[in-house]
Amino acid sequence: MPLAQGILHFCMKCSNKEEQSVYSFMELKKAAKQQIEGKEVKAAVLGNCATQFFSMAICGFAKKKGLNLNLYDADYNQIEAQLINPASEVCEFGPEYVILWLATDKLYEEFLDLDAAQRSGFADLVMERLSHYWDLISANIGARILQPNFTEIDDKALGQYSCKVETSFIYQIRKLNYLLGEAMRTRREVYPVDLLSVQVQMGQNQFYDAALYYNAKMTVTLDALPFVAKAVVDVLLAMAGRIKKCVVLDLDNTLWGGVIGDDGMGGIEIGELGRGHAFSDFQRWLKQLKECGVILTVCSKNNEDTAKEPFLHHEEMILRLSDISVFVANWEDKATNIRRIQETLNIGMDSMVFLDDNPFERNLVRQMIPEIEVPELPEDPALYLGFLQQCNYFDTVSYVGESADRTRQYQAEFERKKLELTYESIDEYLKSLEMAGEAKPFEPVRYARIAQLTQRSNQFNLRTIRYTEDEIARIAEDEKYLTLYYTLRDKFGDHGLVAVVILEKLSEEELFVDTWLMSCRVLKRGMEEFIVNRMVETARKGGFTTLKAEYLPTPKNKMVQDIYKTMGFTETQENKYSLKVQDYVEKSVFIKEEG
Amino acid sequence: MDREQMLEQIQELCREVFEDDELEITESTTAADVENWDSLTHLSLIHEIETTFRVKFTMGEIQGVNDVGELVDVLAKRVNER
Repeated sequence: MPLAQGILHFCMKCSNKEEQSVYSFMELKKAAKQQIEGKEVKAAVLGNCATQFFSMAICGFAKKKGLNLNLYDADYNQIEAQLINPASEVCEFGPEYVILWLATDKLYEEFLDLDAAQRSGFADLVMERLSHYWDLISANIGARILQPNFTEIDDKALGQYSCKVETSFIYQIRKLNYLLGEAMRTRREVYPVDLLSVQVQMGQNQFYDAALYYNAKMTVTLDALPFVAKAVVDVLLAMAGRIKKCVVLDLDNTLWGGVIGDDGMGGIEIGELGRGHAFSDFQRWLKQLKECGVILTVCSKNNEDTAKEPFLHHEEMILRLSDISVFVANWEDKATNIRRIQETLNIGMDSMVFLDDNPFERNLVRQMIPEIEVPELPEDPALYLGFLQQCNYFDTVSYVGESADRTRQYQAEFERKKLELTYESIDEYLKSLEMAGEAKPFEPVRYARIAQLTQRSNQFNLRTIRYTEDEIARIAEDEKYLTLYYTLRDKFGDHGLVAVVILEKLSEEELFVDTWLMSCRVLKRGMEEFIVNRMVETARKGGFTTLKAEYLPTPKNKMVQDIYKTMGFTETQENKYSLKVQDYVEKSVFIKEEG
Repeated sequence: MDREQMLEQIQELCREVFEDDELEITESTTAADVENWDSLTHLSLIHEIETTFRVKFTMGEIQGVNDVGELVDVLAKRVNER
């Protein structure tokens, strides 16, 4: 009987309680067949090996995480045929994502079938083929590509000496992974799946089963598939905007060994000696997260002065007070304090991770705030780092340097809040901020940040359409759209790029507000009015008479449900709005136009 | 563990893998008798048996068994070697 194949098309009721990161293959197989709510996401799997179980595991994992994935599993070894023909099953299916899996096991056989003289060019050869597939996907499907990297096979043909011999497979497969990384840097539509890291983590004996490969051309064991599925689904979730933005840290026995209130500065364990080394490395990693744009906050049961002392005066602390965006230390319960942190940052509870060594605190927070992620940290602090790295909470689909400045921005926000209290009227306060803003069409250097905002903004987001960097690039270059990005700075600092507007040309007269979103950091300063002023001006300059707009409700964007009305638009149907450009009265703001 | 107990456990695993809570398995049952038993679910069943009994079958054993009785034979052999 031929191996079953075809459309795996199913859905399931998502249960938020199933938070463990790993399921068995049987659980995933069952989940894959269930139905869940939510917007359908279409993906296709193309591989050079048997992919049915691989697809099933991905589909099940996605559903376990509440992602309604409709996965098309193409026939085995049909990559070229499916991609080259625009009328093929995969092209017709019209997936948003293509998972393009070239298993090393098949590549190894190809490698050995080459003449020995050609083997030194093998990595380049495969990379060329892969680029060719990417081009075909872009041309014939327009899908984003999830690209697993290459697991390793070391055939020890020359023993360990193989590592320095160009014609050995291990040399070529390592080179291929390097070439892949290089090639992806310039391809916005390609997103890496680190399959090699799954193999390394599990070890080859768990990851691969020769009997399974020879019986069924399956290159991954059923025990390893859930981990592989997690790697793939983590990328899909990040693309859907499900990103972790903030870590809430306990202090005693989490960031350092011991209890600062009891043991004092000399007694806590941090630094190169003994157990302290583990905490130092943990802090080094957290500091790197901060540099990658994750917000670090502290939530500790302590006197504030005592809690801050190591950050200020302990020589071996890696994290300093300047690394922490919000520092809360008092004797109230942690759930209340975490809510306070969340309100200050204005981000979703589901984008926060709470790290605490104390199981009591973890359970309390889990019960009071079900949306927050609370990993079950291992008892031994030496294991914190490896455990959290395996959880892979911080998958992202873009990277911009600008994020690094966030900590300073949040700290500046506290300065502003203090100042706000000293002014009699809000106008007086706004004037004192000496704000300056600009509005410009999308520019290439800004694409990454713009895409990031569309992926991360939930509250002030009228239609919550997520775009990737490559889509933003396409929109920017498409005549059908007018685009605007907005920046804002004041005397306390630069907020950077804080708002995005995409206007779609419906006709010669009409524009539709496809996207309007704004960072919540700049709420209530007249930025909303500034945005609409420039939006209408752009429409007027382009000779348009009408702006059409829409509010798509989500569980998170209630704050903007009436904003079009407030700005002078007329509601034509429920949640649909219209504005005659000539009727618009420019709003007064305290933001000076720059540039 | 005797054959009967093994058969009972295999029946449990078959019900799970082939998604049929009332499935009855005897030593003479073959893949053709069970609706969802194809080459793919066969591998899934083998995996479940290997995990449950902490054994590993050879490539030939996985492909070579013709009915459940033969499956119990190779399983009993592997369990004894354990």
